[in-house]
Amino acid sequence: MGALLATTACGGPFPQSTLHPAGDLGFEIDRLFRLIVWLAAGVFVIVEGLLIYVAIKYRARPGQPPPPRVHGHTLLEIGWTLAPAVILIIVAVPTIQTILRTDGPAPAGALEVSVIGHQWWWEYRYAESGVVTANELHLPVGRPVVLSMTSADVIHSFWAPRLGGKRDVIQGRTNRLRFTPDSVGVFLGQCAEFCGESHANMGLRVVVEDSASFAAWLVEQQRPPAPPDSLSAAAREGLEAFRRIRDPASNTCIICHAVQGVSGGLMGPNLTHVGSRSRIAGDMLPNTAEGLAQWLRDPLAVKPGSKMPNPGLTEPEIAALVAYLQSLR
Amino acid sequence: MTHAAAHYTSTGLDNKKLAFWAFIGSECLLFGSLISTYLVYKGRSVVGPTTQEILNIPVTSVSTFDLLMSSLAMVLALAAVAKGDKLWARFWLGATAFLGLVFLGFQFYEFTSFVHEGLTLKTNLFGSTFFVLTGTHGAHVAVGVLWLLTLLVRSFQRKLGPEKALNVEIAGLYWHFVDVVWIVIFTVVYLIQ
Amino acid sequence: MWKWITTTDHKRIGILYGVTAFVFFLIGGLEALFIRLQLAKPENALVSAETFNQLFTMHGTTMVFLAIMPMSAAFFNYIIPLQIGARDVAFPRLNAFSYWVFLLGGLFLNASFLFGAAPDGGWFGYLNLTSRQYSPGINIDFWVLGLQVLGIASLAAGFNFIVTIVNMRAPGMRMMRLPVFTWMTLVTQIIVVTAFPVITVGLVFLMFDRFFGTTFYSVAAGGDLLLWQHLFWLFGHPEVYILILPAMGIVSEVLPTFSRKPLFGYAVVVYSGALIGFMGWGVWAHHMFASGLGPIADSVFGATTMMIAIPTGVKIFNWLATMWGGQIRFTAAMLFAMGFIAMFVIGGLSGVMHSSPPADLQQTDTYFVVAHIHYVLFGGAIQGLFAGIYYWFPKMTGRLLNEKLGKVHFWVMLVGMNLAFFPMHFIGLLGMPRRIYTYRAELGVADMNLVSTIGAHIIAVSLLFFIYNVWRSWRKGEVAGNDPWGGATLEWTIPSPPPEYNFTVIPEVLSRLPRWSVTQMKAIPDVPPEPIHMPGGSYWPVVAAVGIIGMASGAVAHTLWIVLASGALLVFSIFRWAFEPFEV
Repeated sequence: MGALLATTACGGPFPQSTLHPAGDLGFEIDRLFRLIVWLAAGVFVIVEGLLIYVAIKYRARPGQPPPPRVHGHTLLEIGWTLAPAVILIIVAVPTIQTILRTDGPAPAGALEVSVIGHQWWWEYRYAESGVVTANELHLPVGRPVVLSMTSADVIHSFWAPRLGGKRDVIQGRTNRLRFTPDSVGVFLGQCAEFCGESHANMGLRVVVEDSASFAAWLVEQQRPPAPPDSLSAAAREGLEAFRRIRDPASNTCIICHAVQGVSGGLMGPNLTHVGSRSRIAGDMLPNTAEGLAQWLRDPLAVKPGSKMPNPGLTEPEIAALVAYLQSLR
Repeated sequence: MTHAAAHYTSTGLDNKKLAFWAFIGSECLLFGSLISTYLVYKGRSVVGPTTQEILNIPVTSVSTFDLLMSSLAMVLALAAVAKGDKLWARFWLGATAFLGLVFLGFQFYEFTSFVHEGLTLKTNLFGSTFFVLTGTHGAHVAVGVLWLLTLLVRSFQRKLGPEKALNVEIAGLYWHFVDVVWIVIFTVVYLIQ
Repeated sequence: MWKWITTTDHKRIGILYGVTAFVFFLIGGLEALFIRLQLAKPENALVSAETFNQLFTMHGTTMVFLAIMPMSAAFFNYIIPLQIGARDVAFPRLNAFSYWVFLLGGLFLNASFLFGAAPDGGWFGYLNLTSRQYSPGINIDFWVLGLQVLGIASLAAGFNFIVTIVNMRAPGMRMMRLPVFTWMTLVTQIIVVTAFPVITVGLVFLMFDRFFGTTFYSVAAGGDLLLWQHLFWLFGHPEVYILILPAMGIVSEVLPTFSRKPLFGYAVVVYSGALIGFMGWGVWAHHMFASGLGPIADSVFGATTMMIAIPTGVKIFNWLATMWGGQIRFTAAMLFAMGFIAMFVIGGLSGVMHSSPPADLQQTDTYFVVAHIHYVLFGGAIQGLFAGIYYWFPKMTGRLLNEKLGKVHFWVMLVGMNLAFFPMHFIGLLGMPRRIYTYRAELGVADMNLVSTIGAHIIAVSLLFFIYNVWRSWRKGEVAGNDPWGGATLEWTIPSPPPEYNFTVIPEVLSRLPRWSVTQMKAIPDVPPEPIHMPGGSYWPVVAAVGIIGMASGAVAHTLWIVLASGALLVFSIFRWAFEPFEV
């Protein structure tokens, strides 16, 4: 287990590590885990040590008389029944305490965010401000947050390891995950319940910022998009391409995607402020011109089984759409 | 050459009887899971029809009584076979099978009338859990009826003397078990709503 | 060939199970190698996402249902009658039936590959991913039907062995004189006949949802997706004890023989096994700690899970005490039994880590669990089964496996498995979930994944030594004689391989260690005093099995007449089976 702890020092950074907590839930779990690891290491050394000892000390040597027939020893049996029981109590008590501390109702004033899992992206709806965004969750440092989570389709699991444990999101149920992030930074995560073809491509990131930056982000996210005449020519072309009805109809952007004032689609991520996000496609691609173009050219190549069909765009259309999407800050 | 006496066994019980009790234990888990699911989903259907609207207690009470009587017939059939009383053995075996068929007739009537009234497997949670639970039970009754008719035929072929009483006893165990399961279903589904 | 198809001899059926299970083990192993090759580096494109999902689903399903369980069944079949002093099992034709249903079920599941539609919903098939809506193809149909078919095989064997062990013991073979392997088998079979009905119900619900539009797992109709998880894990947790108890039984036989000392604490080991089987029913929701069951349920199941570590630990200490003060011979069988202890302890300790719900919230659904399961199932069950093979191969074939090759197999496999599975602890803790076909380089787990891949291939190499050893030794190995190891139990009193009737006379047993006992049992004559008539074969078990698989195939093909015709064949074969003259 020294190797385990050593890993925490060498290599890295490990952006999804459970061993480098950055939130209270992560710390609670890590502390409990390290206790169990040390106890387990002790048991490991004793048992494996005994095994090696008997193997060496009691190997058969030529000319030995048959060994004495020992059938059992009641006191030993009691002893090695009680000893594990004691160790387990040492694990059980802090376990129950941690459960009670972390699995209760949220304190007043907690930030409430609804999380909805989709194949294969994450939707966030901020309760108070009404902000709707996707994949990139912004949180203020030091403030308790309650994620109320469900799924729009199959079971997924929301997991940002450095912030804490995971919770499954299940259609028809609301599960809650409660924690307080205590460091500013970007914390990666991904879906942790097998959810179909692109389960591996359902990443997320949590951006924890100081309260001023978070407040500013909220304001940005609540602002409606810039009016069309303030857009560049390319972006205006992109807006037209965005709104264009295509054949087949399923290739039409506005059917699935919402942009405030333009469209109301609910199947795919809300794109009103897509330009403000650092990654797209379930955290799979950088939110750059190249990344956006790669996605628009062939979503299924990036995300096998993607619910977004290949919209069959021409290169000029792609360039225009990229300009438009980048304008949606 | 087949002997009437069993071979030596460690418990004194015949292998077949012991196997059958193990089978009944397993079937308890099967029906237990089906009944538990029914209970867990009770009252959670989003659309109707509901149990109150559609279940017919008086009629089902008759079919329940019929099944209980069939267990009585089974007991009498076993006694007759053990005594070597061919006439009554055949009568009571036939009566058990007949009463079983009557029960199945009631089930058929109930299922078809439910479908007429808008309750199918697909309609709601009640429909799914009800039909699969009672359908599984009905399938067990059907297997039992087939088993009994086979024994009846064997009797007519003069191959069901007292030395074969064990086979009838095991069929009886099965039949009584299926009856007991029905009592539980009747109570849980029809009586306690 | 015809003799093998119609055989009802438990020894032949045991060999059929063993060979078939080993072939499926290799298939599951190949699936693992592909998985590991795909994960050897980040963002690899060796296989597609869909193919990968089929690979890991089939790897899990194959290893659990087509490799470990049937390999254990090979030993149940061959060895149990010999250990209890019986001539065969209680229901020889039912025994054959179990084998044929298993074989056809395994072929049926793997036939899905031919259609490019292997099951792809994970071995645990969570709804609603496996509903018709989200898995429209026939992949999950193959899975649902294949598992039900295999369940029939296991249930039939379960009833057979319960009756055999309880009812067909030789005079004097009291329950507390039974060899531990036989005891553990009895506990395992009781678990089988109680747990399999639960998964059967869950699968029937899924089948009805997919085929007939019922609403068992429909959220829109008010259903609860957790119903599946509860039904599955109510079966699934006892299932892992089905997987491990027989191997623990084997270890409990091998250690005393090669320590030249009786098993320490026989009664405690037996009761611990029974207790594990019983307590195994109370822990299932520890697979659901992330599902949001609430703090009370989490605490209760955490506590019950911790408690089950106690009888498990007690067994390990008793095994160590068996070796203590003994004279240990390091045969290949003994090495694998000791390897079981060494590796199972690691798996057991990671299991204790999982038992704490908050800690488990970081571990569940990550490679940490993959590490745990492979330490207990590969390091534990598989090593235990290899111990059994090296121990009982001489009894079954009359020839010894080559010890040198066996030792190479052991050490290379030990290195391979630790390289393959130990890094997975860290990979999981560093944030790699399970069941993903690729991962990003920035996670920092690429190097460890590569090490794991190399380890998997080293395991494969070790198997080559084993396969060569078996191939060579089957015909040309050193002749074994009745008792090459100095064993204590009844199987070592008869020739290797045993005659068809096993014992010339049914022995009268006077102690738990008949061959070591001071009060020697009466010697068994070389030839039977009067001719022993053993039942001939029967082909109705095969026909019935064909009827069952026909029904499954018709269902997958959505073709009713095939289902009905096969059902008729099944019913017909049952009648012929029932009225066939067959004397046990």
